[in-house]
Amino acid sequence: MAATFAETPLIRSKHRQEAVVRVILGLMAFAMVLPLLAIVGYLVVQAWPLLSWDFLTQNPTGGMRKGGVWSALLGTIYLVTTSLVIAAPVGVLAAVYLNEYAKQGWLTRIINLAVVNLAGVPSIVHALFGLGAFVLFAGIGRSILAASLTLAIMTLPVIIASTKEALASVPMSFREACWNVGATRWQTIRGIVLPNSISGILTGVILQVSRTAGETAPIMFTGAVFFKRIPEGDPFAYGLYDQCMALSMHLFTITTQVTEAPKALPYATAVVLLGTVLLVNAVAIALRVKLRARKKW
Amino acid sequence: MFESVTPPPVRPLAPPKIQVRDLKLSYGAQEVLHGISFDVDRNDIFAIIGPAQSGKSTLLKCLNRTIELLPNARQSGQVLIDGVDVSELPSVYSLRRRVGMVAPLPVGLPLSIFDNVAFAPRASGFHDKQELAALVERCLRQAALWDEVKDRLHTLGTKLSGGQQQRLTIARALSHEPEVLCLDEFSIAIDPVTTMRIEDVLKELKQHMTIVLVTNLVQQARRLAGRTMFLWNGEIVEEGATDVVFSDQPQSRKTYDYVNGIFG
Repeated sequence: MAATFAETPLIRSKHRQEAVVRVILGLMAFAMVLPLLAIVGYLVVQAWPLLSWDFLTQNPTGGMRKGGVWSALLGTIYLVTTSLVIAAPVGVLAAVYLNEYAKQGWLTRIINLAVVNLAGVPSIVHALFGLGAFVLFAGIGRSILAASLTLAIMTLPVIIASTKEALASVPMSFREACWNVGATRWQTIRGIVLPNSISGILTGVILQVSRTAGETAPIMFTGAVFFKRIPEGDPFAYGLYDQCMALSMHLFTITTQVTEAPKALPYATAVVLLGTVLLVNAVAIALRVKLRARKKW
Repeated sequence: MFESVTPPPVRPLAPPKIQVRDLKLSYGAQEVLHGISFDVDRNDIFAIIGPAQSGKSTLLKCLNRTIELLPNARQSGQVLIDGVDVSELPSVYSLRRRVGMVAPLPVGLPLSIFDNVAFAPRASGFHDKQELAALVERCLRQAALWDEVKDRLHTLGTKLSGGQQQRLTIARALSHEPEVLCLDEFSIAIDPVTTMRIEDVLKELKQHMTIVLVTNLVQQARRLAGRTMFLWNGEIVEEGATDVVFSDQPQSRKTYDYVNGIFG
């Protein structure tokens, strides 16, 4: 028997192979982190001279060459929040219908196909649609509301997809057990399915919404402006029908339209934009951690 | 009801609890039940035996109409409970409360043990705290689980062992006070000792309700059932008193071979 466990060339080569594969895969995984670290590090270093609390709380001044990003930051927060308020309920409820109620048939297939294809539409096309549908046809005019509606349409398909995934992670046997004791579909959804998928749903929604903070094209024609001065320090400075500045648009204009801006200004603006997105993502990650900790089966 | 089925003299005079009449069921183009008819007596344990794919689970799903939740299932023929066609009942939800169902694999809902049992009563608008507590205790006692969980009713039902979860499932099925209790191979995931305890529970429960027991263990049918039906490829090979089905001379040679383990 002892011979069975002796080191043969085959066994040695297996060990070698395992070590090599492990190193290669590890390097690839690490390579994923490098770009992020490089981007954040480079931006922060370049932006360092301008980063201060005042940069966040002051309007741009001096032909956008001085001051801070207050009106753009607040505009982005308005756009993201408003589009979240519009897209989240519609997307989540649509996903609940598609996953829990819809029978498999040609209609359901068409809806699913539409959702998938809507996700693939380029953002500039969404921008033109938003301009035509909300600004002109619906007569809302260029405003935070029109821009948020456009962003909401853009995020809907991804919210639906991530919500369906979260719902599908609840085992079918739970639903059957509920139906067997005479519960309706809605009682099953409310009592079992939603409580056990809500963290996943929220995580998905938040992640998708944070991506809209970086969008430029859809808001350019529908509600974002080159420059706007608003009262500093007032979080309610914008109204739904106002036009607003936005960080992404601001970054675009100061890099392409404004000459002789301080070198650090675009970098500092980018840091604020990135910081906003990472902050929102941190909330999503915290939710996901909580979800894992509370896993009930 | 309409056709005169002459009952054998050994059967009780009370009308049967369940009557199945020429029940056919197909999934898409494939027919899995080929027009079967049988009666289930009141307060009896009615066993259905037969190999996999013979249509046993499908048959149970027709009794509480959960078959309607499968997208491509098509049914013809009738299932009558207390002489009323279940497809003509005004509410499918009250039918499912009258016909309790225990699935092959135990399912603890991701709720506390207490809430698992209280789920169905609450779903039908029953919220009185004291009455709920009494009901939960009664169901858990009936399912022979109370002593093991009475000190931790508020821990998760999904964290119980397989055998305990199966008894929890039975307690949940009892919580809506069904008239008919269907069990689909309840012992598939649990150990023999727990199986025997649940069998004792079933003998007790049949005083209060009618039990339909689908089982792969032919000896379980022999131990428990008053009548036994042998289902084979969607057709009834034999249906009769358990003593006869398990005797040396059942009506069909196939039955003899199956229950004696000669094939299948």
